[in-house]
Amino acid sequence: MQLVYFAWVKERVGKSEETLHLPEHVNTVRELLSYLSGINEIYAHALAEPEKLRVAVNQTHVKLDHPVIDTDEVAIFPPVTGG
Amino acid sequence: MAHVSVQQADFDVGGEIEALKEGRTDAGAFVSFTGTVRDMDGNLKSLTLEHYPGMTETELARIAGEAERRWPLLGCRIIHRFGTLAPGDNIVLVITASAHRRAAFEAAEFLMDFLKTRAPFWKKEATAAGDAWVDAKTDDDDALEKWQS
Repeated sequence: MQLVYFAWVKERVGKSEETLHLPEHVNTVRELLSYLSGINEIYAHALAEPEKLRVAVNQTHVKLDHPVIDTDEVAIFPPVTGG
Repeated sequence: MAHVSVQQADFDVGGEIEALKEGRTDAGAFVSFTGTVRDMDGNLKSLTLEHYPGMTETELARIAGEAERRWPLLGCRIIHRFGTLAPGDNIVLVITASAHRRAAFEAAEFLMDFLKTRAPFWKKEATAAGDAWVDAKTDDDDALEKWQS
């Protein structure tokens, strides 16, 4: 899985993208966020407030219960502020 | 089909309207909205816009497609800048063309409301006190509700 981060999520994680081998028990966006938060303190801090996070799977906005698979590109970012 | 551009360069509002008008006489109404970098209290040094290359273009085209489905548009242009901008600089331009003004006005407002909550851009302000990401406004989400019909 390709993970990409933007804005303060990117700053807190400390990288703009990375490749992750998705564990078999991680099947939804919610489970992915929970799994990442458990990796270490850095991810736990970056993803501490799920209500302030938005997720896109393969460049489409999705909800937390959206399924994820290992070939997906998953982006994690704050609510958008363009315009 | 809508014309969508995500670019660092500035845009010329008049030139973009002319480009949309060129060669057609069936449109009687052109509405444009220009969003600029606002400095509320004189402290802003610059504004940097980050975006999600690929998804940004896809999302803007999707929003434009939705506007074209809802209103009888004859043309539509969306230009959004990224990178570091100064107070007063242009950020975003939306132009809609239709036979009559109401569709052009409504579609332009719809495009901006959706762009503000769907297009993957993030603003970071640089001030004398430091840099800070701009928080999303809940009234931007509220603005979407009137289009839910």
